[in-house]
Amino acid sequence: MDTNKLTVSSSPHLHAGGSVRSAMLHVLLALAPATVFAVYYFGMTALLTVITGVVAAVAAEAFFLWVMKKPITPVRDGSAAVTGLLLALNLPAGIALWLVAIGAGVAIGIGKLVFGGIGHNPFNPALVGRAVLVISWPARMTAWMGPGLISAATPLAIYRDSGNAGSYRDLFFGFIPGSIGEVSAFLLLVGGLYLLYRQIIDWKIPVTYIGTVAFMMWLLGPEGWFTGDPLFHVLSGGLMLGAFFMATDWTTSPVTKTGRIIMGVGCGLITAVIRLYGGMVEGVSFAILLMNAFTPLIDRYTMGRRFGAR
Amino acid sequence: MSNLKVFTKGLIDENPVFKLLLGMCPVLAVTTAAKNGLGMGLAATAVLLASNIIISMLRKVIPAKIRIPAFIVVIATFVTMVDLVMEAFVPDLHSVLGIFIPLIVVNCIILQRAESFASKNSVFRSFLDGLGMGIGFTIALMILASVREIIGAGTWFGVSLFGASYEPMRLLTSPPGAFITLGLIIGLINVLKPKKA
Repeated sequence: MDTNKLTVSSSPHLHAGGSVRSAMLHVLLALAPATVFAVYYFGMTALLTVITGVVAAVAAEAFFLWVMKKPITPVRDGSAAVTGLLLALNLPAGIALWLVAIGAGVAIGIGKLVFGGIGHNPFNPALVGRAVLVISWPARMTAWMGPGLISAATPLAIYRDSGNAGSYRDLFFGFIPGSIGEVSAFLLLVGGLYLLYRQIIDWKIPVTYIGTVAFMMWLLGPEGWFTGDPLFHVLSGGLMLGAFFMATDWTTSPVTKTGRIIMGVGCGLITAVIRLYGGMVEGVSFAILLMNAFTPLIDRYTMGRRFGAR
Repeated sequence: MSNLKVFTKGLIDENPVFKLLLGMCPVLAVTTAAKNGLGMGLAATAVLLASNIIISMLRKVIPAKIRIPAFIVVIATFVTMVDLVMEAFVPDLHSVLGIFIPLIVVNCIILQRAESFASKNSVFRSFLDGLGMGIGFTIALMILASVREIIGAGTWFGVSLFGASYEPMRLLTSPPGAFITLGLIIGLINVLKPKKA
């Protein structure tokens, strides 16, 4: 009799066969269209930024694990590569490469490994890296470029100054100045839908996030109640990238259904407030970081009651 | 505990900043530049030394039930003196440190040394304790402030280190940088120091 098949274990007994590594590969795949478009649109400099981000993040994880005398195998799960890619996609085209490398090192070192590595970080590592860069080198981090590396204001900045929204078609397909990975709302949407189809992410956070931003922008329009331009705000800035790829991060977003809706609405409210009243023209990254801080609290208060518990 | 040990424990083993984590408010707030760290450290050391000696002298006179108000009166006296002296002789530094000089009154290190050491030990041992703790506090502030100033502003004691092409990492001179730097330094110390069995 084959005794090897008679293992006694606690539930769950069925495993879908997925792994962190396969999920991360799907995320990389989902980000590929937007990345390829950015390289086509901004030129080779975008490719160099992306490569630097990914290589620096993976190297930083291997290096810090080695320094801490931990096994280096966790690098293979691909999460550092995703962090590096997301960080690079959040930077302006033509940014100095040493900045990318520092950002990736900080993202992995301070954003992730000091808390215990994958699954233990309270904040999205890529956004931690970006926040550190924005605070440290604000001028370089807001030097937006159009194609051909000519300085250009982002649609959000133009809109704030003159109220001119520009062409929706250009906004949707990404022919606008901005961060490397945020320009094409269309290709990010394609990648997001792929992740939804693969069930890597849940629809609740992106839908409530984008919906809240749209509603708030419509509500608090420039000429009184309900005069805003929701479509412009949904298509511009880093909202698509943030809503589909960063607010949905497994580790830093709530696990409960209600919690995810609260997360999405909260991110949307903070983003809208920063865009309308803040000193910066864009608020997606800080909105997500702030809601990351609330995630444990949200989970705690939305956790279902165990059957039989009082 | 030997007299030597009373003096040296404040430097490393019971360093008020890196080991006891006391007096975090000035530690985090004024360590944006090495000069401020040194000034704050010396001011706190002067108060600590003087208050330790006086409280130790008065330890048999002060009734146990009102000892905390009595300690505060002694400490506040010396803080006022230090505050006025600094305003007279180093007005620039005084204006930079600002509210954190008067706040030495409520610095937990000084009150903690009064409560747990000076009120129970002889004048000489309290003097050694205050000196060791004060120097330990100053060293800790200097380390933290130096790291923050060198990386966050590219200078040390106001002297430019890397030339004009260096673009400082502004994060370290901002308040979040204080927490991150302090955490990393404490972590490093815990790694480097062999654990006692």
